[in-house]
This record gives sequence, C-alpha cells and structure tokens, in this order.
Amino acid sequence: MCVRHNVPVIHVPTNPLSSHKPFVIRRIPGFATVAVICFAVLYIPLAPLVAYSFNAGTSITLWEGFSLRWYEAAWRNDLVQEAAIRSVVIAVTASVCATTVATMAALGTTRTRPYRGQLAIYAIINQPLMVPEIVTAVALLIVFAIVKTATDYHGLAYLIVAHTAFCVPFAYLPIRARLEGMDLTLETAAADLYATPWKIFHRVTLPLLLPGILAGAMLAFVISLDDVVITEFVKSVGQDTLPTYMLGQLRRVVTPEINAISTVLLGISVVLVTLVFLLSREKVQ
Amino acid sequence: MTGSNITHNERSQEVMSPNEPSVESTARGLEVRRNILLTTPALIVLFLAASGPLFIMLFYSFLTPGNYGGVEWKSSLDAWFRVFLHRDIFDETVMFADAHISIFWRSLKLSLLTTLFTFVLGFPTAYFIATRPERTRNVWLFLVTIPFWTNLLIRTFAIMEVIRNQGVINTVLISLGFTDQPVQMLYTDFAILLGMAYVYMPLMILPLYASMERLDFKLIEAGYDLYATRLRVLWRIIVPLVKPGIIAGSVLVFIPSLGAYVTPRILGGGKNLMLGNLIELQFGQGRNWPLGAALSVTLLAIVMIALIIYVRTAQRSGNTRAN
Repeated sequence: MCVRHNVPVIHVPTNPLSSHKPFVIRRIPGFATVAVICFAVLYIPLAPLVAYSFNAGTSITLWEGFSLRWYEAAWRNDLVQEAAIRSVVIAVTASVCATTVATMAALGTTRTRPYRGQLAIYAIINQPLMVPEIVTAVALLIVFAIVKTATDYHGLAYLIVAHTAFCVPFAYLPIRARLEGMDLTLETAAADLYATPWKIFHRVTLPLLLPGILAGAMLAFVISLDDVVITEFVKSVGQDTLPTYMLGQLRRVVTPEINAISTVLLGISVVLVTLVFLLSREKVQ
Repeated sequence: MTGSNITHNERSQEVMSPNEPSVESTARGLEVRRNILLTTPALIVLFLAASGPLFIMLFYSFLTPGNYGGVEWKSSLDAWFRVFLHRDIFDETVMFADAHISIFWRSLKLSLLTTLFTFVLGFPTAYFIATRPERTRNVWLFLVTIPFWTNLLIRTFAIMEVIRNQGVINTVLISLGFTDQPVQMLYTDFAILLGMAYVYMPLMILPLYASMERLDFKLIEAGYDLYATRLRVLWRIIVPLVKPGIIAGSVLVFIPSLGAYVTPRILGGGKNLMLGNLIELQFGQGRNWPLGAALSVTLLAIVMIALIIYVRTAQRSGNTRAN
C-alpha cells in the first residue's frame, strides 16, 4: 500500500548557492547527538571494568601494567571454582527444562484458533516478567522454607526449580515468534502423505523450529547464569553461584579478581546474545 | 489466580467438547485438548515457583512473626498495621511510620526520575535507530540489546567503579583542577538514580523503537507541507503516534526500578534504602517475615496498578487508532 515507505530521504530542492543543509524530513536536530551520547554512556563504564581485570597491581583504580594474574587467581580460587560449576549446572538444567516446557507451551498457544483461557495462559507464562524479582524471591523464600523443614532436603533442586520458572518466558518468546512465522502447509502436506503426528513433529516441525528453540535456550541460559536476586534469597548456606559470590565480595575490599570474573561473564553473555541475534535473523526456509 | 484459570480451562474444554458429535466439533475438541496438554507443564512449573508462592506470601502477611524468623501460626493484622503506621511502645499513640513512608517516597521518587531520565535520553536514541537505513539499523539495535542481556550486577559494579571517590570521574575532575576533594557521589540517592537509569535504559529504548519503526513518515511530510515547525511536528505528530511505545517503555522501566534491590544495595551503601532493601531487611536482621510479606504485597499492588493503567491506555490508543 505505502510504496514510498522505504524511500529513506526526501530532499526539498534547495538553492544551490545557499550553504544550507538539505531539509531532511526524518531528521530532528540534536537527536543524533543525544543518541551518540546514549550509546557512549551505555558502553564507556564497562571499559575500565574490563581494562582493570588485566591490571598487574592489586588496585582497581591504579594501572600497573598488563597481566593475567587475576584470571589465574580466580581460576585457582576454590570458592570461585565451586560457584562457577554450580552456576553452570543450574543454568544448564534450568534452561533445558525451561526450553522444553516453553516449546510445548508455544506449540499449544500458536497456530491455533483462539480458545478461551489463552490470554490467561499468556499472562501466567509472562508473569515472571511483570512481578518484581524481589517479590518472587521473598515468596519463594517463604515457600521453600516450609518445604525445607518438611522434607529436610537442602540441595540444588530449589534453585533449579526457581530458575526454570523465571526462564520460561525468555525461552517462550523467541520460540513463539518463530512458530508464528511458520504456516501449517508443510505439516498438512506431511499429514496428507500419511505421516503420523509424531513423525510430522519430528521430521517437519522440529527442524524448522530449531533456530527458535536454540535462541530460547541460550537466552534462558544467560538469564539463569546472571540471576542475583532470586538466587540470593533461595540458596541454602554454601550454595553461592558466581553472581551471589560477587555480590558478597563487593562488600569487602574489591580486587581485580572480581573484574576478571565479570569480564568472563560479560564475554559469555555477549557471545551467546550475538548467536541468538544471528539465529533469529535467519528466515524460515 | 492460576488455580481459577486452570479450572476455567477445564470448563472451557467441557464446553468445547462435542455434545452432538459432528466432525467439525470433534476436531475442535481434539485441538483444544491438545493445546491444554501442551501448555500444562509450563503452567505447573510457573504455578509452583511463580504464581503459587505469591498466595502463600499473602497468607503469611496475616500471621505473627516468630522469634527467630519464620512465623507463628497465629493470625494477626499487625504486619499490615506496621506497613505505614507505628504504635509507640510506652503510651500506645499511633503515628505514621516515618521510616517506612520515607522509603516508599524515595522508591517512588527515584523510580519516576529514572523513568523520566531514561525517556529523555532514550526517545532521541530510539528515533535515531528507527531512522537509520535498514542494514545499519539492526546493528544499532543490537548495540542496545547487548547491555540488556548482560549481568545487572556487573553493570552496577561498573557504575560503582566510575563514580567512587577514586573512580574515573573524580580522578578527571581533580586532575583538571575543578575540585581538590573528590565529590562524594557513591552512596547517595543520585548514585542510585544514575545506576538504575544506566541498567534499565535498554528497557526504555526497545519498546520506543518498536513503535517508531512503524512510524508513517508521510504524515510527518504532510505536517511540514502544512508549515508546521519541527517542534510542532514532534509534539503533535510523532509523540501521539508513538504513545503506545512511550507508555510501554515507561512501565517497563518503572516496575523494575520500584522493586530494585541490587542497585540500591550496592550504590546506596546500606543507608539509602529502597523498598526492595526494606523487604530484605525484614527477612534478615528484622526477623519480621509477616511485615516483609505485607510490604511485598504492597509493592506488588503498586506494580499491578501501573500495569492496569498501561493496559487501559494501550487499549484506548488502540481503539482510537482503529477509528
């Protein structure tokens, strides 16, 4: 309908002798400057954080030359090692569980005629995005305290269940987006050729959906790996993950070891989110 | 909420299932049953670890605090009384709980300021991204998404290192001779505001961008053709058109700011508490779980009001768009 929509710039003919800039409809003076400032503000504070992780000295403000000693120190620190392993175990388990239930839920809420309760299902799935984390954290603390006294179990399962729940919407959204871009033609064709429902899912739907599932799983992994608030309230004694370990350390004298851990976590997030970005750019077919 | 929804689904399934078995209605019934089976696991997980606990928390707010944390199974309205009020232990006079009210006020004030601050920076940025050519637009958008997905704790830590007394800003100020004493920025309300605006900025830019991306520039051209000034075009055409994005961005920033816990804990330094920290205190040193639960429910109620306003406004602007 709107053919001209993608014409980027509309020049109003100007007097060639005048030195005025052409009048660009889309441009609003000053906005580009603010945007550049905004991007600078988003990224510049991270620079010293990363830089001082390579500091040879013990200060996070005084540069004493390049060294990898803090990465080595973090690597050799038993507490950091345990926390890192715990973080990864929780993030892998929670993201796998969350992605599985989110994939099923996405299949059950897309490409179907609207049914009663569908909106309520959306609301419940997206609840972790709407309720402040501190509220969920406190509510889980209360519930798990009851369960802990009743069962005397103090393992990692509480953290895994909690992480799975708040990862569900993050896994669900990219999967649903992918499904909405897929029509039912191929599935119908497979059904016409007498494929069983399971075979249709396994050979047609799943391969097409895979980029969405991978994107969802990676986002869930990142969200779980980075969580502080809920973990801080749910964990039992001695169950620090990397972020809660860091939160505890920030109260003391901070050494570049924290910067080193931060840089590694930052790197993991950036790599995974870049992968998600590339995956979701890939079109269906 | 969840419980009633599940029964609601079951009931709707009954309604849908065929009374007179025609092919159409059987297929429809099967489809609905399949959908419900597929969504059940997700709903169970969320009921166990997201919705359900909220109801237990509400219940706990009506109990008596235990001596060593936890609760005693005696009903009491004391926690709710103490959210805003305070009874003097000697002469039993009832007064407003100044400490709580000032924390509520600080939380509201800082959250609104954070929303305003992110809007003032985020609006031009989103507009800038939306007016880039299609190829580079994705790259800019990606640059906003990256901070969104990186650890909030790490970004708060980064801000802390920048504004501390020996941090980059103070070092520069001192070496340029603007001041000889470092300016105390860390552990102030300003630090919390700065930190929250920093960490929640992408939450403002992304929804703003989403509505600006669909902006019809022919309308803007028409405005200029009718001799509108740039300011007038901005105020009378662009802002009304992207209003849904403005509201969505504001709600998305306001809600986590109001419930912020990590940022005020690190940048506020223990004396500039916000609601999240006040709640935590009741479960830690305060040993008053019912009060903590009541405060959480209050926070949740404020969030719900914000969400309802958001949905109402979004619907209304959707309707006017349709007309």
